[in-house]
Amino acid sequence: MASPVTIKPYLRLSGLEPLVIRPETNFVNVGERTNVTGSKKFARLIRENKYEEALSVARQQVESGAQILDVNMDDAMLDGVAAMTTFMNLIQSEPDIARIPIMIDSSKFEIIQAGLKCVQGRCIVNSISMKEGEEKFIEQAFICKAFGAAVIVMAFDEVGQADTKQRKVDICKRAYQILTKKVGFQPQDIIFDPNIFAIATGIEEHNNYAVDFIEATREIKQLMPLTKVSGGVSNVSFSFRGNDHVREAIHAVFLYHAIKAGMDMGIVNAGQLVIYDEIEPVLRELCEDVILNRNNDNNEATEKLIIHADTVKAKGKVEVKDEAWRNDTVEKRLSHSLVNGITDYIEADTEEARQKYPTPLEVIEGPLMDGMGIVGDLFGAGKMFLPQVVKSARVMKKSVAVLTPYIEAEKEERKQAHLAAGTTNSEAAGAAKILLATVKGDVHDIGKNIVGVVLGCNGYDIIDLGVMVPADKILETAQKENADIIGLSGLITPSLDEMVHIAKEMTRRGMTQPLMIGGATTSRIHTAVKIAPEYNAGVVHVLDASRSVTVAGSLLNKDQKTDFLSGLKEEYIKLKESFDNKKPVKSYLSYQEALANKVVVDWTNYSPVTPTFTGTRVFEDFDLSTLRSYIDWKPFFIAWEMHGNFPAILTDEIVGKEATKLFNDANSLLDKIISEKWLTAKGTIGFWEAGSDGDDLEIIDGNRKIRLSFLRQQIKKAPDQPNLSLADFIMPASFDKKDFIGAFAVTIHGIEEHVKRFEKNLDDYNKIMLQALADRLAEAFAEALHLQTRKEFWGYDIEEQLSNEDLIKEQYTGIRPAPGYPACPDHTEKYKLFDLLRATETIGIQLTESLAMYPASSVCGWYFSHPKSQYFGVGKIQRDQLEDYAKRKNMSIELAERWLSPVLE
Amino acid sequence: MDIRKELEKRILVIDGAMGTMIQRHKLEETDYRGTRFANWHTDVKGNNDLLCITQPQIIKGIHKQYLAAGADIIETNTFSSTVIAMADYDMQSLAYELNTAAAKCAREAINEFIAENPGAAPKFVAGAIGPLNKTLSLSPDVNNPGYRAVSFDEVVNAYYEQIRGLVDGGVDLLLIETIFDTLNAKGAIYAAKKYFRDKKMAELPIMISGTITDASGRTLSGQTLEAFYTSVMHANPLSVGLNCALGAAEMRSHIEELSQIAACYTSAYPNAGLPNAMGEYDEQPHETAHFIEEWAKEGFVNIVGGCCGTTPDHIKHIADNVNHITPRPLPVLEVVE
Repeated sequence: MASPVTIKPYLRLSGLEPLVIRPETNFVNVGERTNVTGSKKFARLIRENKYEEALSVARQQVESGAQILDVNMDDAMLDGVAAMTTFMNLIQSEPDIARIPIMIDSSKFEIIQAGLKCVQGRCIVNSISMKEGEEKFIEQAFICKAFGAAVIVMAFDEVGQADTKQRKVDICKRAYQILTKKVGFQPQDIIFDPNIFAIATGIEEHNNYAVDFIEATREIKQLMPLTKVSGGVSNVSFSFRGNDHVREAIHAVFLYHAIKAGMDMGIVNAGQLVIYDEIEPVLRELCEDVILNRNNDNNEATEKLIIHADTVKAKGKVEVKDEAWRNDTVEKRLSHSLVNGITDYIEADTEEARQKYPTPLEVIEGPLMDGMGIVGDLFGAGKMFLPQVVKSARVMKKSVAVLTPYIEAEKEERKQAHLAAGTTNSEAAGAAKILLATVKGDVHDIGKNIVGVVLGCNGYDIIDLGVMVPADKILETAQKENADIIGLSGLITPSLDEMVHIAKEMTRRGMTQPLMIGGATTSRIHTAVKIAPEYNAGVVHVLDASRSVTVAGSLLNKDQKTDFLSGLKEEYIKLKESFDNKKPVKSYLSYQEALANKVVVDWTNYSPVTPTFTGTRVFEDFDLSTLRSYIDWKPFFIAWEMHGNFPAILTDEIVGKEATKLFNDANSLLDKIISEKWLTAKGTIGFWEAGSDGDDLEIIDGNRKIRLSFLRQQIKKAPDQPNLSLADFIMPASFDKKDFIGAFAVTIHGIEEHVKRFEKNLDDYNKIMLQALADRLAEAFAEALHLQTRKEFWGYDIEEQLSNEDLIKEQYTGIRPAPGYPACPDHTEKYKLFDLLRATETIGIQLTESLAMYPASSVCGWYFSHPKSQYFGVGKIQRDQLEDYAKRKNMSIELAERWLSPVLE
Repeated sequence: MDIRKELEKRILVIDGAMGTMIQRHKLEETDYRGTRFANWHTDVKGNNDLLCITQPQIIKGIHKQYLAAGADIIETNTFSSTVIAMADYDMQSLAYELNTAAAKCAREAINEFIAENPGAAPKFVAGAIGPLNKTLSLSPDVNNPGYRAVSFDEVVNAYYEQIRGLVDGGVDLLLIETIFDTLNAKGAIYAAKKYFRDKKMAELPIMISGTITDASGRTLSGQTLEAFYTSVMHANPLSVGLNCALGAAEMRSHIEELSQIAACYTSAYPNAGLPNAMGEYDEQPHETAHFIEEWAKEGFVNIVGGCCGTTPDHIKHIADNVNHITPRPLPVLEVVE
């Protein structure tokens, strides 16, 4: 059965499309130009009945990145109800405007109602207040609620408009109580406007107004965290009217601080926001002083800003544009244009860069991507807002457009060269098709376009479905066009869910194309945890455009694909496990509950296999050349920080050459190690009768009994999923049959003298090589002994026929978990293992006080034979289990805590 | 008899098409008129809602067929019983009476069915509130996009009158259905809230069912599914869902999406596939039921049934296929503070 969906208490609005204001939503800008009180042009158009042109003002706001459109028709010269009705009806006929939610703005409630009657989406009413008393406030709130609108409540009561922080907070608290208790409003549908007043007016009492707003915002958000705070930003700079340069700086600085305090949205001119970091430092510092009311005794800061403002203004309109940046390097100029959204020079600068760089692609991957990186950082830090990002994207597109013809030409040239040289292979005859789309609900396509360009340059045929593409369309097109790979992109968080959805749909449709996931919010971990489990034919997270080429290459190359995908799957499963183990506190069971949810095993009908011997057996000098064939090479390469699957890594485009060199060197060293007998492999195994008792095992070793203690998963599992403990895989002692447990320890002796010799010769390469190989041999030894145990010594799986690859994938029956590793994370159990095996005496492994083994190339572990036994991670355990465990082990709680700290919260 | 208790336990089945069933009776103008409207000044053939007054035994009979097929919820025959829609027949003044009469047909059908089948599970009457033939978000005049053929207040008044008739007639639920213009639905919600507040009575549960009209996944008035849901969630509905326009195959992705975003129960009653060239529905009962069974297994739905082209046979197959499947669990509303 499906588990219930969780619905978050977010403010949800809609036009033709939804707008959900999530905690991570940066800052919602409300377009202000469709306001007759704020825009002379708009007022004139409405008065003259030029509604068509008035609509273009609205459209311009949307295009500049307004996420909500504020509409105000409060003008003494207008019939407000009629104007609101007409304009709203017209907006509803313009899908590109009606896309976003509407904020109906009026001080007259009848005009607000007129607006509400025309809009199908979920609006915001701006505003209602208690200035005419509670009764009227409640009545108006009820009407807003019947229309399904969210409300802005102005901090205004019977006494007047709130100016101090305390008054603002008190009024908002009172309104909140009334709205939530008497009217039945959801807290998330309440937006407060704690009044932004003009500062730097010369009147001392006004100096703290910005601080009052910012601090009131902070407290409101703390007291009523689901509510939102909004405000009309341009008020704050009113005393600098006529000097837009300074006003914009003040707005940017004010917003920077107010947003940090919790301001969620603001009425702004969406096309005209400057960036905090881009304000000229002297001006910015002066604005900070005035806004934060610092160094402002006797209006000192105010005076300074006024004087500075005059100088800025005095320079006049002639020098409004500071062109000094034009003298920088082409890279800096491109970056400046991107960050500031300037398109004026982008074509010339791009052309200059194209001539400077060896290939046009390098212009994209170099200066352009660097610039977009800065944009991303500023946006993430709340120093840039969505409209500016939209502008940056536009600049980026223009620049890419300049480069595209050259990239195409280059591609063609390469193709012709291939044809001439006869080097086209059969696969290239019809280029592989890669379908790219930004998923439904997401409009960001810069990254996807770059990926398209980069892949296109590498000879792939790109089908780009654009943005906001529904799952059905993506998958139908993919099937119809026979795409070889599907690439999904997204920048906003909800896109992640959509990608999960698409993966599920691909499974349902039985598709086989691999799925590439990319975009700013996507991550390897999300892909591993949420997307990959939904689709079996391959899901790959691609970190950036440059990597998309190798990923696509691996996915399309017949020889590499299987290895690539199986390696990836393994990696994702590990990521998922480690993620699952990090689940928060609330999702844990009590230890008793976890114990009750153990693995269900039908012991009555189970016949344990008796090992061929009990007690221990020692392998004094195991044949190294036998071990060589059991080596898993992948970790060897990882040790050298070369990531990839073996043997695919040897032919990898980028690291293949180096990997092959390394592999050859490793093998010649191995030859030497074996022929000259540098190293000795010593091992021991043992089997004992064992029975489980809760999470303990009682082991009979001759005439003594040893109790092993295990830990159990306490994470709350999905229904039908047991909370695992290794003890579950041994028959309870209460049964009248004999079950067994095994153990092993292996080590590689003799490395020291050779290491010393290499050190002396300053030959780090061979020193590390030898260490890495000794580790591999120890692991190979463990693998070899485990195989022999299964087939021979214990003999519970005599028929087993597995390849080395299958061994590495652990596809055999039974497990060999090691104390200190995820399934049994307590290292101190190693004492018992060593005691049982007498490993120190017989094969010379020492345990350090922190229970590391020496020689370093050593492996030990338990053998479990039951077919249900499996590897798992215990994950985090709770206090109750810790206490029980300490008691079972006769260990002090403090000591247990110390050893188990990695699995404690 | 609380429908919420039933919804916790099982997937409820809503009935199928009324029009399709009426067609089977091959009624003529005189049948529609009955004795009471023998001399009415306009033709009334095709005014299906009128049959609740002139041929109540036929409507009741259809309800009973659906009940016998396994429907838990039957819809009153009131899709067009508003002053606005009845203007086509100049029967505006009958709006209230049509609704009370229709509610009575449905109620009597249930009473008779329960008497004949003692121990049957509880059955519910849903007062069907249709979309109107005039729309608030779209202009009928291409050259004058700001024009509207009807006002919000007129829509609210029309729905208010319909709701008054349905409630007086004794319905258990209100079902605002086949919504293709969300603003019309907001008018119906507004009217319902106003009616219950005016009467100072507890609100009846409201079911909301929208209609996706094209492959883009939007309503006729241009909203995406999530935008639609966001725009009507203030109704605090018992359920939200989709009906009509699409067959089950085309509806699947939308109902899946809705099941993820809706804070309330979800409903789905598709057409019997898409109509063929003759305007007839070919999808067989077991085919429709097969689609719906899969949604139920996926946990997408709480209330299922059929719309245009579906018959008691479709409903029986649907009911049989979903009756052992656990319903979609009600979403958890995350609480902060």
